[in-house]
Amino acid sequence: MSIDKSQVKKVAKLSRISLDDKNLDSLSNDLALILKFVEQLNKLDTNNVKPLNSIVDKSLEPRKDQVNDGKIKEEILKNSPDKNEDFFIVPKVVE
Amino acid sequence: MVGKLMQKDKFNYFIKTEKNNWEVIIGLEVHAQVVSESKLFSGSSTKFGGKPNTQVSLVDSAFPGMLPVINEYCIEQAVKTGLGLNAKINLDSIFDRKNYFYADLPAGYQISQYKNPIVGEGEINLDMPYGSKKIGIERLHLEQDAGKSIHDLSPDNTYVDLNRSGVALMEIVSKPDLRSPEEVNSYVKKLRSIMRYLNTCDGNMQEGSLRADVNVSVRKKGETKFGTRCEIKNVNSIKFMEMAIDSEAKRQVELLESGKSIDQETRLFDTKKKETRSMRSKEEAHDYRYFPDPDLLPLKINKSFVENLKKKLPELPDQKRDRYIKKFNLSPYEANVLVSEIDVSKFFEEVIKTADIKLAKNWIIVELFAVLNEKNIEIKDSPVTPKNLAILINQISSGNISGKIAKEVFDIMIKTGSSADKIIENKGLKQQSNPEEIKKIIKKVLDKNSEKVLEYKSGKVKLFGFFIGEVMKISAGKANPKLVNEILKTELKK
Amino acid sequence: MSDLNKSTLTQITNLIKTKKISSLEVTKFFIKNIEKAKKLNTFITTCFEKSLKDAKNFDIKKNYNGLLPGIPLAVKDLFCTKNIKTTAGSKILENFIPAYESSVTNNLWLEGAIILGKLNCDEFAMGSSNETSYFGNVINPIGKNLVPGGSSGGSAGALAANLTPATIGTDTGGSIRQPASFTGTVGLKPTYGLCSRWGIVAFASSLDQAGPMTKNVEDCALLLEAMSGYDPKDSTSINKKKEQYSKNLNENIKGLKIGIPKEYRIDNMPKEIDNIWNKGIDILKKSGATIVNISLPHTNYALPTYYIVAPAEASSNLARYDGVKYGYRSKKGKNLTEMYENTRGEGFGREVKRRVLIGTYVLSSGYYDAYYLKAQKVRKLIKNDFDESFKKIDAILTPSTPSSAFKFGEKTNDPISMYLNDIFTVPVNLAGIPAISIPGGVDNKGYPMGLQLIAKALDEQKILNIALTMEKAINFKNSINRWWEN
Ligand SMILES: [Mg+2]
Ligand SMILES: [Zn+2]
Repeated sequence: MSIDKSQVKKVAKLSRISLDDKNLDSLSNDLALILKFVEQLNKLDTNNVKPLNSIVDKSLEPRKDQVNDGKIKEEILKNSPDKNEDFFIVPKVVE
Repeated sequence: MVGKLMQKDKFNYFIKTEKNNWEVIIGLEVHAQVVSESKLFSGSSTKFGGKPNTQVSLVDSAFPGMLPVINEYCIEQAVKTGLGLNAKINLDSIFDRKNYFYADLPAGYQISQYKNPIVGEGEINLDMPYGSKKIGIERLHLEQDAGKSIHDLSPDNTYVDLNRSGVALMEIVSKPDLRSPEEVNSYVKKLRSIMRYLNTCDGNMQEGSLRADVNVSVRKKGETKFGTRCEIKNVNSIKFMEMAIDSEAKRQVELLESGKSIDQETRLFDTKKKETRSMRSKEEAHDYRYFPDPDLLPLKINKSFVENLKKKLPELPDQKRDRYIKKFNLSPYEANVLVSEIDVSKFFEEVIKTADIKLAKNWIIVELFAVLNEKNIEIKDSPVTPKNLAILINQISSGNISGKIAKEVFDIMIKTGSSADKIIENKGLKQQSNPEEIKKIIKKVLDKNSEKVLEYKSGKVKLFGFFIGEVMKISAGKANPKLVNEILKTELKK
Repeated sequence: MSDLNKSTLTQITNLIKTKKISSLEVTKFFIKNIEKAKKLNTFITTCFEKSLKDAKNFDIKKNYNGLLPGIPLAVKDLFCTKNIKTTAGSKILENFIPAYESSVTNNLWLEGAIILGKLNCDEFAMGSSNETSYFGNVINPIGKNLVPGGSSGGSAGALAANLTPATIGTDTGGSIRQPASFTGTVGLKPTYGLCSRWGIVAFASSLDQAGPMTKNVEDCALLLEAMSGYDPKDSTSINKKKEQYSKNLNENIKGLKIGIPKEYRIDNMPKEIDNIWNKGIDILKKSGATIVNISLPHTNYALPTYYIVAPAEASSNLARYDGVKYGYRSKKGKNLTEMYENTRGEGFGREVKRRVLIGTYVLSSGYYDAYYLKAQKVRKLIKNDFDESFKKIDAILTPSTPSSAFKFGEKTNDPISMYLNDIFTVPVNLAGIPAISIPGGVDNKGYPMGLQLIAKALDEQKILNIALTMEKAINFKNSINRWWEN
């Protein structure tokens, strides 16, 4: 498996990263190199191996159902590049 | 247009055209908001209707370095619902990230469950006019709700409110077992009823607590392979679900009969045009890149925890219906009506604590429902309380008022909310049951109509009704009809 | 007054506790050092006004309890700090000011420490040379043209130049241990879950761990004690009692079995590394430990595994940087999607893009099984290797890095050669176990090189004790002449 430019374009689209042609060329090369490197794993037979799902050997510890957060609208909106008193503002979305 | 020829069979819903009978295959992904105080992974409130962005924590708005911590009550609620659906509870489940970009999805991913949901296969029983039918449940998983994008506050911008972001949802996926809009109607109502019995989802569709993605495909009658399906996103009323299915199925049939094929796609139901349309944002195919959320560990549930919940499970609609039939001698239809909503059954059970069962069921199903339907009010907001209805029924049982007077009293109760006793007393509606008094009236009537008495005695027995009418008129309807009947008979024999 | 350029964290702590010096004096000293070291570019943000105020407030206290009484500290700019700009070395967070404090830094302040500022690092901790920071390269105090390692390059550089008496970094694949090795300092990557990740800008959630970076092992034990601890806000945090690493620190390693994994003797490894490693083995033998040759058969697969798992998690973790809630937003673009693309295209540097794209690719439909799932299976095998070994031995000794500090630009055009820097450190992150890097000696150019001690989960005390024993015997002295102050 190797990656071609059209695949990189698709992945960039999925990742929401704009790439100009120059960047597309050089990143495509990088990605192909990296993928070739990681494909070393194919030398290993892992058919009978269970994937690692968690590195910590315990179950999820839940919290109580209590309201103890929120009511920090100013703090939430403060850093936003575009907002008004109540909302985050983004360019128009068309569905 | 084949549209004109399309029609419904009474029991088997097919779309009939000149050439074929088309079967409609429907599967539902219901999103049900979990009843909880706080969100699935944060401590902010889930209350409906708060001011924008006031019920948002740093976790809900995905600030750098923020981490999710799961709400134990939401886990319990999902397990309870699973048990209510007779479903397999998975003691090991995993939370995954579903990755996509959207303005109201602050982290760029939704925490959901993909390969290992908390609840596996189950089923729901539907009572259709043509018999009962089991609808398979594929799975139930826990996930986060997204925020809200508001498109109509500005011409150039979309406004984002994250109050809903992170609220716990149960996604309940049915098998493609549904075959008609009616079945979907019945399925959603039954599912909602079960969750309301369990208090795991309030089922309030106006507030978005219950909404569904509807998967529709069609195939020629007799075929066993499924056709290509379309998913109609986020339909938030049962009526719209029915209309969406109807119009989408017809659209697919038209395409197929004109030799075209169906594109598997996501569509929206346009509530104004009453038809589905393709979503514009579909240009780039979705690729959600699910993978286990490394911020969360696998969720392990104790068997004893599940057993405990099972023991504490309330009586559910189907069990209650069977009990009503057996214990109260109700017809399956009556029992179904009384258990379909937990509030109705609560009302009924409250009334029969002190009143006659047979009268109670009739008064609720016939009189009360007519009024509630007409006025579009929920039974829990009924102006006639269960206690009050019981009083009214007892007045009938004890012979204090007739059924006819009772209806008058009931009308006043609806308008004023005051008690049956008071109305009867104030208006002097109490039934006349003193035989001497009744005898007096009867004598008066017979004296006044001596010719008719002679006619009666010579064989014109139909006049009996006339005498009764006259007696009731004089007593202003209050005379005990049973007594009137008896005394009149003896007096006429004289 | 003692020379604070020669004092350790522990020594300064004692000086302040015994009131031989005030927090304000110490703070002023380090501020002066920082001001004279602009050339090194170790800081992204300083907050001296706050530092001085906090120091004065500390000095008027009656009780100096806490592990870090009045100690000024700078921290990696990956830790969110309340009301102080936090950038993660990225343009996309250039103006981000959190209203919250990370759990780990909060632990430091609760122990009495005072903040000096935020240290440069590779963008989102992605890099091994601190050459990917939007805020420029950090220069290694060892030599003008040398990288300090990464991603905690600013931390290592500031520590080696004595701009902070100790510091904390994060380690996802070696980001504490490799720069420690390159600067002749001590760095420890704790057991996954020992230090809370709450409030740390995430790179790869299943690998990230914060850890101490110090001048010696004694300081390392002290700082680890101060920063670690259970945090219910992090679901992966380990719920156990806090250890007293500094109190329990000792040099008794008699009878311990130390494994030497044959897979870490790689081809073309500089001879000096072998020498330093062998010297370490001798010291351990002389101290009464037993040396055992072991095998960790899947070592060679660690780096490829890491370069699937880490980018996959990163691609998802970095999705939140979209120009909506905080950070940079591009002015270009007609609709939401274009705004996203331009924001992220302009806001992320090249290495970050590389990893986000790789991560997206290995998770995408049709490739998930071949890459991501495969990597999670191999990760299990790598963890099993360690689990098996630690049934027979107490700790493992390896070199920290396959080379000493290299020159700027030397590896920037070849991602793979850059990635190879972490070949000895990455397996530890994949297994979630602790490891410490201590200076082992210098190569023929006089550049420091580290030795790494690895133990099983939660055995931090054991490797600290072994490290202390070795540190005494190696008696490493960093030959830094403070050239940048001229
Ligand atoms: Mg769906
Ligand atoms: Zn869903």
